[in-house]
Amino acid sequence: MTVALRLPAVTVNRLELRRPLFAGALLYVSFVVVSAFWPRLFTSYGPIDTNPSAVAVAPSLDHLFGTDIYGRDLWTRVLYGSPLTIQATLIALGIAVVAGLALGIVSGFFGGFTDSALMRFVDVLLAIPGLLLALSIVTALGYGTVPVAVAVGVGIVPGFARTTRAEVLRVKTLPYVEAARAGGASWTRVLLRHILPNSWGPVAVLAVLDAGVAIIAIASLSFLGFGAAPPAAEWGTLIADGRNYLITSWWLSLLPGLFVALLVLSLNHISKTLQELTR
Amino acid sequence: MTRYVLGRIGQAVVVLWAAYTLTFAILYLLPSDPMELQLAAAGVQPDSLSAGQVAAIKHQFGLDQPIWLQYWHHLSGLLRGDFGTSLTQQVPVSDLLAQRIGPTLLLSVSAALVSLVAGSALAYLATFTRWTVLTRLPAVGASFPQFFIALFLIQFFSFQLGWFPATGGLVLPVITISVLASSVLAQVLIKSFEETLSQPYVVTARAKGLSRSAVHVRHAFRNAALPAMTILGVIVGLTVTSSIVVETVFTREGVGKLAQEAVLSQDVPVVLAVVTVAAAIFVLVNLVVDLLYPLLDPRIAVSGAAR
Repeated sequence: MTVALRLPAVTVNRLELRRPLFAGALLYVSFVVVSAFWPRLFTSYGPIDTNPSAVAVAPSLDHLFGTDIYGRDLWTRVLYGSPLTIQATLIALGIAVVAGLALGIVSGFFGGFTDSALMRFVDVLLAIPGLLLALSIVTALGYGTVPVAVAVGVGIVPGFARTTRAEVLRVKTLPYVEAARAGGASWTRVLLRHILPNSWGPVAVLAVLDAGVAIIAIASLSFLGFGAAPPAAEWGTLIADGRNYLITSWWLSLLPGLFVALLVLSLNHISKTLQELTR
Repeated sequence: MTRYVLGRIGQAVVVLWAAYTLTFAILYLLPSDPMELQLAAAGVQPDSLSAGQVAAIKHQFGLDQPIWLQYWHHLSGLLRGDFGTSLTQQVPVSDLLAQRIGPTLLLSVSAALVSLVAGSALAYLATFTRWTVLTRLPAVGASFPQFFIALFLIQFFSFQLGWFPATGGLVLPVITISVLASSVLAQVLIKSFEETLSQPYVVTARAKGLSRSAVHVRHAFRNAALPAMTILGVIVGLTVTSSIVVETVFTREGVGKLAQEAVLSQDVPVVLAVVTVAAAIFVLVNLVVDLLYPLLDPRIAVSGAAR
């Protein structure tokens, strides 16, 4: 039975890889992650190397994204800015997944008063529009990569909590849970061994989708000036800095912006394809 | 029915109060030392003051009181329409809000209207023509960060073509917000359309000889549009929060930019006020949608009356 169920999944996976868009999206996301860890593979410049003879040069083969007003290579600065944003995204997702799973499982599993109390709390979180909730948290915690990540993470907890709860409620009524209980398994064991692993799928898909949401929110917050202090350059900060030179050097803002937009687009496409697969 | 309406209104009030309390807790309980933070925001170096001066300033802002008393003062002030005093500008927050809410309301309402029209038109066309490019367009539109769209529009329409001003205008900010909001709306509408079009009554309408366009207009659109109404609150919420980034990029003196400035200067009462107003708008729109929904969809009204 397991084999029969697994076989089509493998075939579908191969078919998916043949889809040019899906393959391209995967490739681009892998490139961004790899280049964040080993930027030297993709650039020969340093992130703070200034070059007075190449100030504000338009994009070319020498400088893929052009150079800024100090003659720093922008492509290099984008790649060296990746770890900060990726780190912030992972922290945000970590908070959202852990808190969301905890809220959702407790809520869906215990039901009754606990369920209504927790879900009302989630409703309240949802009543404060996302970016504004993030802004209040940033006001309280101060600026920097970690506060921004925490702020964004808290903002996407409700989605995870609701998705997990719905899954737990669905899985809880399935015959094998009943069978496990009848077989003498404790509720803790049923929860950890049967309900959690089987509720995980939609949560994982949501995590990929929310990675895109989180990247936009993190970039927006650092664009607004709440990110890491200079000379560290998160993507949002790079784009905000380039804004003042838009009329003469459009690439300073638009190319890093395109870099971020393509990443979000790729993540959204991957998550959408995964969603179609799990259906 | 009256009971349902009253219950729903009561629920909205409780949610709004809880949202206010949560924001208050975040702003006043989280920082390591709220008083130092607020003194710094008021432009005072805590080290340069004597203990007596610090105490006097804390007293002036009510920061020497226990936190629950401060909460009570804020909440009771709020009920009288008093949002406290801005720490950086030394004027009532309500005056600041009153000065700056006009441009934001104009921006948000225009963007919401444009998004409704554009999003519905896109969903309608996409499901009618069944072009994959059109059905995928909303997902693309929702993936672009708003500051990127705004900067791109400025570069293209202001600097290249010179059609619209780069700062202060209304057209480009509205387009920026509408790209995201109409994409979100179109995604929901397209899904709803696809579900409606597979309903038996649509098949019946086609079988009795109606053309596809007639079925689309007369039978599918209304029923597909109804479920999408539930995300009207989300759309309005989006247009309001979008104003933070959009007003900052286009230098519009609205509430969004006020919020950005307040966070930069850690002007806590202003942040609290803006969050409260935005949450109130969001809760209110959702309330109106919930109350109108049974009137527009008889199927819900029947089950509501039976309750």
